[in-house]
Amino acid sequence: MTGDLRWRRYGERGVLVELDTIDEVHRLRTAVEASGIAAASVPGASTLYVEAADDGDGLADVADVAGLARSIGELELGDVNLVDPCLHEIDVVYDGVDLDDVSDLTGLAPAEVIERHTAAIYTLAFLGFSRSFPYLTGLDPALVVPRLATPRARVPAGSVAIAGEFTGIYPAASPGGWRLLGRTERCLFDPSIDPPSFLGLGDHVVFRAVRR
Amino acid sequence: MTLRVVRFGGLATIQDDGRLGRGHQGVARAGAWDQRARGLGNRLVGNDPHAAVIEIVLGDCELEAVEATTVALTGARGPAWIDGSPVGQDLALLVPAGARLRIGRATSGLRLTVALRGGVDVEPVLGSRSYDTLGRIGPPPLQAGDVIRSGPVDGLGPAWFEQVPTLPLPDIVEAAVIFGPRDDWLSDGARHELVSRVWTVSTACDRTGVRLDGAALARRPDELASEAMIPGAIQLPPDGRPIILGPDCGTTGGYPVVAVVTRADLDLVGQLRPGAAIRLRAMGSKTITG
Repeated sequence: MTGDLRWRRYGERGVLVELDTIDEVHRLRTAVEASGIAAASVPGASTLYVEAADDGDGLADVADVAGLARSIGELELGDVNLVDPCLHEIDVVYDGVDLDDVSDLTGLAPAEVIERHTAAIYTLAFLGFSRSFPYLTGLDPALVVPRLATPRARVPAGSVAIAGEFTGIYPAASPGGWRLLGRTERCLFDPSIDPPSFLGLGDHVVFRAVRR
Repeated sequence: MTLRVVRFGGLATIQDDGRLGRGHQGVARAGAWDQRARGLGNRLVGNDPHAAVIEIVLGDCELEAVEATTVALTGARGPAWIDGSPVGQDLALLVPAGARLRIGRATSGLRLTVALRGGVDVEPVLGSRSYDTLGRIGPPPLQAGDVIRSGPVDGLGPAWFEQVPTLPLPDIVEAAVIFGPRDDWLSDGARHELVSRVWTVSTACDRTGVRLDGAALARRPDELASEAMIPGAIQLPPDGRPIILGPDCGTTGGYPVVAVVTRADLDLVGQLRPGAAIRLRAMGSKTITG
């Protein structure tokens, strides 16, 4: 990597590397995975968590995280090899419980919120949370709203939601703090397949408004 | 070796190492919360320490041996009987064919581990036999009537039928933490408070995390872009009440992680029930950053 690596210690065995773009996150992750220095690496919106490979003695010891960060800093960033990105069209019933709040927060009429949400072509930036929750970028800047101050204890499966610069789809009922615009019946995850997510990195998604 | 479930009181799940290295797929780690209890139980019955076990919240269950079965009870403490005769914990127990193993409600701790000679044999899902309660991935929780089969027992080492000493759970559990990665979201006062106060475990306490009750800690009001979460991470939501994440936590989240509980002490956190007391202790005084 060129320049100084920005990183923070994350627990006994990990570091959190801070980057500027999701593209850099994936380029670094590709290099980390190819190097074999990590047991795991998990992308975020502008960070990469890297966990030191176990030294094999089976003991939960404290890794040399500064050394790990040095090794990461020495990696050459190459390109990310995406497997042919697909376009997924997903039908959404826009009857989400937060549609009115999003309308208030953005100053847009609910119909305009829906129109802007369906007009964009989104890109899968990374998977996370639970059951391969897809973080999709490409949200209309007018729809950027903060998460709920207090997360809901239960968000229904298939909820289509927004938070910050992302939109996403809850693959299963779970707690959650994103604002709900609608719902889809599309299945996104099957644990009997490996990898289990139907959406792959770099895939594109468009939402189509339907009446149930 | 085969057991039939007669009755389960609390949530009973099958757990092993969990799904390691799948955070980037959005698949939680899962796995036994009290890994020390799992390792001990497995060694007592002669298994590889990584074999799958049953984790039961608060014990309170009854199992019938369809075939003679060797088991060990570790983790949370509670009374147990085989066909009405009291038996101990932290040693191998032989349950003869047709006999019933009854485990009472735990008197100390939260998660009781039942290790079974040969390990619990179910079809792995995404490389693990663990049940992830958030993602509902893996073998579903056990219910009355379920039959639990062990893996092969040929070639296993001997079981250990004498009680081994283990430490009781202290009145106030102490857990070592490493500050970061987002401890700069805390004021100096809040940073000190986090590791000096005695916290109380709230009723929001399950395999995804343990919420702590107490006066709110002051933190920056900003929004954090979603980033990786790991078991043991201490998240601080806007309301200022910390959550220690458990094995089934989401792999990414949007609340800042101000410190991380060490892997060894996370076992103890898994034994805390609502109302229990915990003190966090800072390991090392300085945050390392680059």
